[in-house]
Amino acid sequence: MAAPGGTLEKMVEEVRSGAATCEERALAAVEKTRERDGRLRAYISLNERAVEEARAVDARVRAGEDLACPGLTVSVKDNICVAGMPATCASRMLEGYEPPYDATAVERLRAGGAVFTGKTNMDEFAMGLTTEFSAYGPSRNPWDADRVPGGSSGGSAVSVSAGMCDASLGSDTGGSVRNPASFCGLVGYKPTYGLVSRYGLISYSNSIEQIGPLARTVRDAAFVLDIMAGRDPRDATTVGRGPGSMLDGIEGGVAGARVGIIRQMMAGGGAPQEAAGRAASALERLGASCEEVSLGSAEHAVAAYYTITSAEAGSNLARYDGIRYGHCGIPQEGYEFHAYVSKARGRFGPEATRRLILGGFVPSAGHAGRYLLKALGVRRRLAAEIGALLERVDVLLSPTVPVLPFRIGEKIDDPVVLFTMDFNTVAANLSGRPAVSVPFGTSGGLPVGVQLMGREMGDADLLRAARALEGAAGPPAAPPGAPP
Amino acid sequence: MSPGPAAAIGLEVHCQLTGLKSKLFCPCRADYRGMAPNTNVCPVCVGLPGTLPRPNRRAVEKALQVAAALGCSTPPRLAFFRKCYFYPDLPKNFQITQLDAYGPSSAGSGGRVRSAGREVGVRRVQLEEDPGRLVYEGGRMSRGALADYNRAGVPLVEIVTEPDFAEPGEARRFLAMLAGLLRSLGSDPSLEGALRADGNVSVGGGSRVEVKNVASFHDLEKALRYEITRQRSMAARGIPVAPETRHWDEARRVTAPSRGKEEDMDYRYHPEGDIPQIEVGRDELAALAAAMPEAPPAKRERYESAAGVSPQVAEVLSSDAYCSALFDEASAGADPGDAREMANLITTDLMGLVDTAEKRKASKLTAPRIAELARAVRSGAVTRASARGALREMVRAGGGLAGTAAGRGGAVAGEEEVARAVESVMRDEPGAAAAARADPKAVNYIVGRVMAATGGRADPGTAVRLVREGLARGA
Repeated sequence: MAAPGGTLEKMVEEVRSGAATCEERALAAVEKTRERDGRLRAYISLNERAVEEARAVDARVRAGEDLACPGLTVSVKDNICVAGMPATCASRMLEGYEPPYDATAVERLRAGGAVFTGKTNMDEFAMGLTTEFSAYGPSRNPWDADRVPGGSSGGSAVSVSAGMCDASLGSDTGGSVRNPASFCGLVGYKPTYGLVSRYGLISYSNSIEQIGPLARTVRDAAFVLDIMAGRDPRDATTVGRGPGSMLDGIEGGVAGARVGIIRQMMAGGGAPQEAAGRAASALERLGASCEEVSLGSAEHAVAAYYTITSAEAGSNLARYDGIRYGHCGIPQEGYEFHAYVSKARGRFGPEATRRLILGGFVPSAGHAGRYLLKALGVRRRLAAEIGALLERVDVLLSPTVPVLPFRIGEKIDDPVVLFTMDFNTVAANLSGRPAVSVPFGTSGGLPVGVQLMGREMGDADLLRAARALEGAAGPPAAPPGAPP
Repeated sequence: MSPGPAAAIGLEVHCQLTGLKSKLFCPCRADYRGMAPNTNVCPVCVGLPGTLPRPNRRAVEKALQVAAALGCSTPPRLAFFRKCYFYPDLPKNFQITQLDAYGPSSAGSGGRVRSAGREVGVRRVQLEEDPGRLVYEGGRMSRGALADYNRAGVPLVEIVTEPDFAEPGEARRFLAMLAGLLRSLGSDPSLEGALRADGNVSVGGGSRVEVKNVASFHDLEKALRYEITRQRSMAARGIPVAPETRHWDEARRVTAPSRGKEEDMDYRYHPEGDIPQIEVGRDELAALAAAMPEAPPAKRERYESAAGVSPQVAEVLSSDAYCSALFDEASAGADPGDAREMANLITTDLMGLVDTAEKRKASKLTAPRIAELARAVRSGAVTRASARGALREMVRAGGGLAGTAAGRGGAVAGEEEVARAVESVMRDEPGAAAAARADPKAVNYIVGRVMAATGGRADPGTAVRLVREGLARGA
């Protein structure tokens, strides 16, 4: 079977050799966006200077600069800072805010010659998994425009899936890269905590979130990750990366690898669980050995996740008081400060407000012991349990999301049902482990994703397993209207 | 001070590390003074979305040195926490600080240090970021406030003592020691706002009252004094003292209850995930302590044990970097008795002569001169009283003892010279002599005149004896 991977590497080679130009590629992205985005709503704002910037990269290429990714068209989730472009986090609170600096991940891609197409839609402050909690309205799934694209990096997934750009930067706090990748038939990668700098990622839950790429193939995702990864003096939580490229040895296969299928995540027997079962069989045929494993702490993971993320969101979002930037809420008449802040914070949407209320409660004196400290204990136990499992096996397998993409509006009114969608994804965030969603066939015309979770700093090994799984899935299906 | 049940005073001191190049979490300057508002800022210290704190290793080291100098123990790992409250001087609406509630993780805790003649407990030493400053145009009643974030993120060391001081003066002496410590670590605590102290007071084991908004150490002493009197008089009348926070009203010279309910604040502390725990190796700690310029507590210890300087003098001397440097140079290799005399000359006479930084800079006095003077006093060649005049001349003109009046006048005035002076004073001021016969206390005035007449070379004991004899003769 022909490897489906490597499209971005080939594209970059063409630009380097002069067979193609960045300008052509940027124009194609602009054209596709014009054609599709009116309906799909992937973007909150577009980079009006994209073509101009592409021409500048062409000049660098002609001048003989050795660039890592000339002409790569990348969309960026609207909670990641790109200098001179808005960063609203899909919130009315940050209306009109333009950061004066590039996030480190953006800076590295820009240095490599990438062209940024625009800022993508998301759930407000990345809180949600359908992209319906956006002040700019929902994005639509290119596979079926009546369905959600997943979230919170829904706009990112839509932009790549519909061919409006080559790859996208999302952020994954509890599955926000993997979930929309799964719903839109893409590869979504959540790196080991600390592998990619968070400088310039607008914090929601800073101790667990990571910037991650969404792309059409595993090699494409690895290619983008490779440029972003590594220590950053501006983010004290970053860790050094190993020598060599993430792409080295990515075709090494899984012969001899041990795969653990997480029992708690296989319940239900729907299409995603079936796909995960087929994925395990496929890996066995490639020489891996599979066994069922139990992750007992998983049942408490979602509760711990919402407790910790809400507490961190409570402080991370406290700075939005309309005084220094974003929506200017300073009243004409004198206001007592706290009354003013309460009023200014009325601009947060319903989901952000819900979590801020929770976030004010769980770390408060007299309640911290019952909520936040307990949740931190669950997190430690879960991390230890996953650590022990990953001594026995090399990679853990499960469906990415327990369900298939559902209709817009179908589940938004029940936060508890929505929360259970995170069941399979939050464990990787709470434990800092890398995880990836790989498309594995379709069901009823909708894509299904399978998740692999690997060892801390074992990102290259995880990508190798993901690449093998992708190869076993057969030729990738594409949504209607997307490029081949 | 009114009598009454014993007072217990504690201090909460905030010291800026002004000697560092940069703020605690970003490369902006640590010394913001003299800069136009909001020009010493960057995306990090104004808390722009997406920015992250980058801990300043030098600030951590300084905090560890302060902790060590105050006898604190330092845990193997330091952690930072978020203290959450909404205030417009706080760019993120939370302050990054330290907390020991989940086990010791501050720069230091459980310290003991000698100050003001007693052992003072140091509850904790922690490193945190300074907030910005609010400026109320036209005073507190203005309709709005202007925020200046130049100060936001400046490294601040918070030192909290146990309530171990019995007198406001002891608290002040502790602060003087702390100022000396900071100076020895390269900071300048005399800069406006660089050293800020709040106090807490209880009397007779009653409720603790916090005293805030104190502008200077001098005011702190007054505020504490007022608060002790207030609580004692309430206790005397059987009125219970409420645990509360009171602000010092400088104009009215009273403490008044704060309007805000600060004691009810829930700061919702939680771990600062953006800063990984900082490992502090025992070797590193030892190296930091070794690299530390001798801190006032250690210096005082040395003055007491090596030179036998009295505890009070040693404390004053060790708290003042200029004077202790002068003393160290002058007393190197000196006889302990001479060294004690040098310490006395410096603390009782010299400090009054050079009481400002400008005067110290202009002073021509050198260490060998003060050593020479101390030896002359001890040998009896110069009296303590004339030594002061000699010091003044040395400060002004430089030069040695020989160039001063005391030196020129030679040794102590002879008994006949003193007797002549007594006679002439009693003749010139008959009223003073009459007054002295009526009231023995007035004798001192005549003795003072005699000392002046002899250029301070009279031995005070001889002068008193001869004045008494003269008065008896004239009666």
